[in-house]
Amino acid sequence: MTYQFDFSALLPFWRDFADGVWLTLQLSAVSTVLGFVGGALCAIARADGPPWLKRIVGAYVEVIRNTPLLVQIFLVYFGIAVLGLRVDANVAAVLALVVNVVAYTCEIMRAGIESVHKAQIEAAECLGLTRAQIYWHVVLRPAIERVYPALVSQYVLLMLASSICSQISAEELTAVANRIQSDTFRSFETYIVVGLVYLALSFVVRWAFWGFGLLVFTRRRKLGTAL
Amino acid sequence: MPTFGLGHLWFLVVAAGWTLALSAIAFLGGGLIGFGIALARISDRRWLRAAATAYVQVVQGTPLLILLFMIYFGLAIAGFDQLPALIAAGAGLTVYASGFLGEIWRGCLESVPRTQWEAAECLALTRWQRLTRVILPQAMRIATAPTVGFLVQIVKNTSLASVVGFVELSQAGKLINNSTFQPFTVFIVVAAFYFIICYPLSAWSRGLERRLNVGRR
Amino acid sequence: MSAVVKLANVHKSFGPVKVLDGVSFEVGRGEVVAMIGQSGSGKSTALRCINALETIEEGAIEVCGHRIHDDTLDKRALRQDVGIVFQSYNLFPHLTALQNVMLAPTCVKKIGRKEAEALGRDCLARVGLAEKAGHYPEQLSGGQQQRVAIARSLAMRPKVMLFDEVTSALDPQLTGEVLKVMEDLARDGMTMILVTHEMGFARRVANTVIYMRQGRIWESLPGSELANPQTAELRDFVGSGL
Repeated sequence: MTYQFDFSALLPFWRDFADGVWLTLQLSAVSTVLGFVGGALCAIARADGPPWLKRIVGAYVEVIRNTPLLVQIFLVYFGIAVLGLRVDANVAAVLALVVNVVAYTCEIMRAGIESVHKAQIEAAECLGLTRAQIYWHVVLRPAIERVYPALVSQYVLLMLASSICSQISAEELTAVANRIQSDTFRSFETYIVVGLVYLALSFVVRWAFWGFGLLVFTRRRKLGTAL
Repeated sequence: MPTFGLGHLWFLVVAAGWTLALSAIAFLGGGLIGFGIALARISDRRWLRAAATAYVQVVQGTPLLILLFMIYFGLAIAGFDQLPALIAAGAGLTVYASGFLGEIWRGCLESVPRTQWEAAECLALTRWQRLTRVILPQAMRIATAPTVGFLVQIVKNTSLASVVGFVELSQAGKLINNSTFQPFTVFIVVAAFYFIICYPLSAWSRGLERRLNVGRR
Repeated sequence: MSAVVKLANVHKSFGPVKVLDGVSFEVGRGEVVAMIGQSGSGKSTALRCINALETIEEGAIEVCGHRIHDDTLDKRALRQDVGIVFQSYNLFPHLTALQNVMLAPTCVKKIGRKEAEALGRDCLARVGLAEKAGHYPEQLSGGQQQRVAIARSLAMRPKVMLFDEVTSALDPQLTGEVLKVMEDLARDGMTMILVTHEMGFARRVANTVIYMRQGRIWESLPGSELANPQTAELRDFVGSGL
């Protein structure tokens, strides 16, 4: 192999990479928060809503989980354009990511909610808690705690999957890489560097979630290894 | 401007065939390497375990899109610059699938109780015999449901193969949309194709899992 | 005649805990040795050391000519001479009773299918389960599973059999059928070492009873003498059991 590696060609672009990282983190963070809230609501609707709502949420989850994120992104991005709305690529990207991750969160949360014993709810009813109080204290909090590791994995995957937004010209890390590699003709080096950056990001995100878990779930200071 | 018609639909049908072909390559290749990774992860040898762990971490910690680019350009540098897009994309997806399947299967292997290894060892079976005659048959029963479930991920993720120039279902949809500009029609039809492929697999996986749980009780 | 199993000054620790603290004893051909003692006294560990499932830190163990403490030990050769039966049976759930018994003879000794099947059925008959050959472990009672496990070991024609609390997980009425099989084996001249809580069985069948305490052999006596211990500790221990 005679190929001469040259990573120095990428050095002048460090600011671009940093901007890309920043946007990737922003996209991921916003989608994670919205996705979590939406997913939790969907899970509640699916567990306890009226039959028609259960069916709609169920169908939504199935459709999202059985079609690619890329197609969902295309649908949102090109769809919005055809509706005559002018929306920033980043907004379209977040929208698509949220639509996607809500479905996965819903499925994970549902498993958590189902793992809460009926007796727990009965006990809470006997104590005179309201429905909302029961949901928050007895169902959701233990459920979230139980599925937290699965949620973390899902949100790390979401951060990695946000790279797909490069396909609709949201200027996140992968899009930056695509531009720089065509400017420098150092394709292999560019993607190696960006791959390592993503790898580091996935460790950082995991670590941040782990710390967050320690803060929030005071009962389980030992979540550590499972995350 | 042309509107979405039967010709386009046929184009999508053919592209769906390529999606399936690519999925098959990724599953077979990924399964083969993934099996090796799973074995390495439970090996006696520390360095082998460490190497396999690092491999899994890298594959699972890098976006598939980046993996595809890296392997595509890496192959080009290594002198394989005339590879058909199917092979280049297949190689990328193989690496991706091997990282995840290896980890899924490691979990299945490790869910067989250690006492089974020990009992087989006490019957003087070699390590390979213990694995193939005692552990694997039990692990495979546990592995079918998550493996079929991961098949859905593979099919969906073949949509990213377009970035290395392979025309599968999603890319075909994008091409049609570029000429007709009917994104709703085009991408809903494309999504429907994926759904038709993936939903039965998802349902099958769930069924397998239910049956396994019932069998265990 | 030389001993089949010989332990000399064996030491073994798990971390800071000394589980075997200078254990020595010998087992002659056709002899039955029962090890008794509280849980944590080191008896199961001693048994596992004999089969090289645990490594020892000091001392020597020799089993049928295999030197367990040697780095060059051929574990597979050892295991062909030594059979072991566990408290939790550890049958292979994906194989029928007969297949469980046939596995090692076909894999390890490479004997033909027909011959192995005949051997397997013979071994199942010895434990009184000839008619259960086609059953899977989950279709059998605990006692039946344990007897299949014994048959599985017997199929390798071991020179020594180790039994690690094989009846501890069983109901009293199922315990009886397993003990009966073991008694038959002893009568047929099998060399056996067993860790057990069944005092009556130890007294009736064992040539020697070893009472383990704090990783040491506290007292060793003929099984028939178990009613008359020399040490106060064994007297207390037996008093609670007999």
